[in-house]
Amino acid sequence: MISIFINDKPYKVEAGQTIMQAADKLGFHIPRLCYHPKLSIEGACRVCIVEVVGMRNYVASCAYPVSEGMKIYTNTEEIRRARRDIVELILDNHPEDCHTCERDGNCELQRLAFAMGIRKRHFEGEKKHYEKDLSSTSVIRDPNKCILCGRCVRICSEIQKVNALGYAHRGFKTVVMPAYNMPFKDSVCTTCGQCINVCPTAAFIEKNFTQELFQKLGDKSLIKVAQIAPSVRAAIGEAFNLEPGRQLEKELTAALRKLGFDYVFDTQFSADLTIMEEASEFLERFQGKGKLPMITSCSSAWMKCLEQFYPDLIDNVSTCKSPMSMASALIKSYFAKKIKADPKKILSVACMCCTAKKYEALRPELMVDGMQATDMVITTRELAWMIKSAGIDLLHIKGEEFDHPLGYSSGAGTIFGVTGGVMEAAIRTAYELYTGETLLDIEIQDIRGLKGIKEGKLVIDGKEIRIAVAHGLGNANEILNTIRKDLQRYHFVEIMGCPGGCIGGGGQPYAGSNSLPLDEECLMKRAEALYGLDRNKTIRRSHENPDVQRLYKEFLGRPMSAMSHKLLHTHYKPKEPRGIVPAELTAR
Amino acid sequence: MIAADDKRVAELKIFMQESKAKDHPDSQLISILHKAQELFGYLSQGVMNEVAKEMNVPTAHIWGVATFYHYFNLKPKGRHSISVCLGTACYVKGAEEILNTIREELRIDFGQTSEDNFFTLQEARCLGACGLAPVIMIDDKIYGSLTPRKVLEIIKSYKK
Repeated sequence: MISIFINDKPYKVEAGQTIMQAADKLGFHIPRLCYHPKLSIEGACRVCIVEVVGMRNYVASCAYPVSEGMKIYTNTEEIRRARRDIVELILDNHPEDCHTCERDGNCELQRLAFAMGIRKRHFEGEKKHYEKDLSSTSVIRDPNKCILCGRCVRICSEIQKVNALGYAHRGFKTVVMPAYNMPFKDSVCTTCGQCINVCPTAAFIEKNFTQELFQKLGDKSLIKVAQIAPSVRAAIGEAFNLEPGRQLEKELTAALRKLGFDYVFDTQFSADLTIMEEASEFLERFQGKGKLPMITSCSSAWMKCLEQFYPDLIDNVSTCKSPMSMASALIKSYFAKKIKADPKKILSVACMCCTAKKYEALRPELMVDGMQATDMVITTRELAWMIKSAGIDLLHIKGEEFDHPLGYSSGAGTIFGVTGGVMEAAIRTAYELYTGETLLDIEIQDIRGLKGIKEGKLVIDGKEIRIAVAHGLGNANEILNTIRKDLQRYHFVEIMGCPGGCIGGGGQPYAGSNSLPLDEECLMKRAEALYGLDRNKTIRRSHENPDVQRLYKEFLGRPMSAMSHKLLHTHYKPKEPRGIVPAELTAR
Repeated sequence: MIAADDKRVAELKIFMQESKAKDHPDSQLISILHKAQELFGYLSQGVMNEVAKEMNVPTAHIWGVATFYHYFNLKPKGRHSISVCLGTACYVKGAEEILNTIREELRIDFGQTSEDNFFTLQEARCLGACGLAPVIMIDDKIYGSLTPRKVLEIIKSYKK
């Protein structure tokens, strides 16, 4: 412990931390912008400056370490003015269009400007003008809104290890862009959308389909069908100022009907179906038919990443489509037949926590009978906006149930939204399929939680099965490199593209005024909302889902049947440009 | 695109392999890009992709370095380089007018190459020929006592 003074008051703090870290623990929240606790220190924005007695200049508290006897001032008149000037200079090169901006009310820069007391503009200078990049299926890049904090560059390289973004040019002309200023769609971007989550402004936003969807919902000739991913219900409340952790499953179902959907289905149903197929596929491979380890294929960002970064491992990835695409395929075949409707008249909309699902929906290999299976994907954020815009009181609405036949799910389908959930669900079913006995201890703690890479073992019928789970494409990189070196190390591996799994997806509500994106506490609460739903269900194993059983009886036959292969499985191909993950990131 | 059998590619590869053997291979990127530009005259996407693959560095990072330093050319150089002297003597004698004439005629600015790939425009600070001011240098030949009309004639003579 060392002694420091903050604003003339003495404190004892741990050595070896930054001024900001020490101050945070003592209850001083120094304003900040480019800083993020999960990312490397950039020191780019200078908003967090403090005065240190004896230093010639103000220092960036995010980067400067505390030392014995240090006298720090965080809130003098001069510091306040300097900080205000810094934020004002950032604003000076920023469009003045807050009230028409996508992030109005959700913008960290806006909040900061308010907190700094900027009520008048003193500077008038040159402003940058760049074209927006609208090329991506999922993520829009608007350099005019960018304040060069670099969080997107850092999350893309440090957490996701995708390195799609970098700084180009210099000084006033610096722009965050993909290599060669190529359109986003031609870059190595996996469309995970984490850049959107960490961007303090609207320099990155999702490709928005809300207007188009409102228009289609008014089209009387269409049969409007929605499906909701597990993680949407676990997080959408946050967009309505609820504390994280409250699930709104039944309220959402009611709200979607009020928005104009004729049928509301649950992606958790098709998650159960995914487990039937994936567990069966695993057991086939385990018994010698196909490559091991088998790696899961639910996460769209991970699939694009696979094709560009790890084409050598394509045969190790399950051929199962994602739950979204399985549901959509069934909506346009099984369900259309059931209601005797022309599948071309069905509008299949997926409400997802994910931006990459917008990319997945357009994959040509997922077409069903020449039709796009998922017509439209909207994120949790877009759905929240639509509900508000339509004047639906989500928090006080009377809850409703999902429609049949694609609406009932087991607890195993629910936990798909959390890292480790797919693996846990698969084990619950694979164990029984293999041994004929029911697995009693179904909550598998080894693979729960937010540790980057989780490993576990289980014994099925005297045989050891080694499993591993990774969330976030950076952690995935580690596990995949391990697999490349040692194919025997694991039998079954779950990979999710986003930190925390789908609950941390790139389409989830923005962090609130008191929380940060990627906040672990928030992710844990969303996870707990899903685990709670699982615990409260009587049916917690996918193969016990009566609607899944009926679907096999009436339509698919059995898992891995010819019909299943036609509708529920697919294949992936290597794609350009090839991604590069540097062995060790060069410190910048 | 670079042809696979291009000898320059082989030379660059050898240079990169040597760089990787050095103490801090991570720090060799700039020197590799220098070498690439020395060999090819400029940094094309194809060349940068080769560097990315060989050195295991993401292209976005290479692009950042290549655009940060003015030294690196991202477009091919023209057949001839025109250096316009903007030193004091030339400036006083009307170098700006000469420069503007060239800019308008070729529709390029400093560091750029004309559309027909004939000329690349560069800035110079005194070519040591102040007695002839204003001067320009095309490749290694000096032209002095210029007027806008003379400059246009000189440019025309190169296009023949």
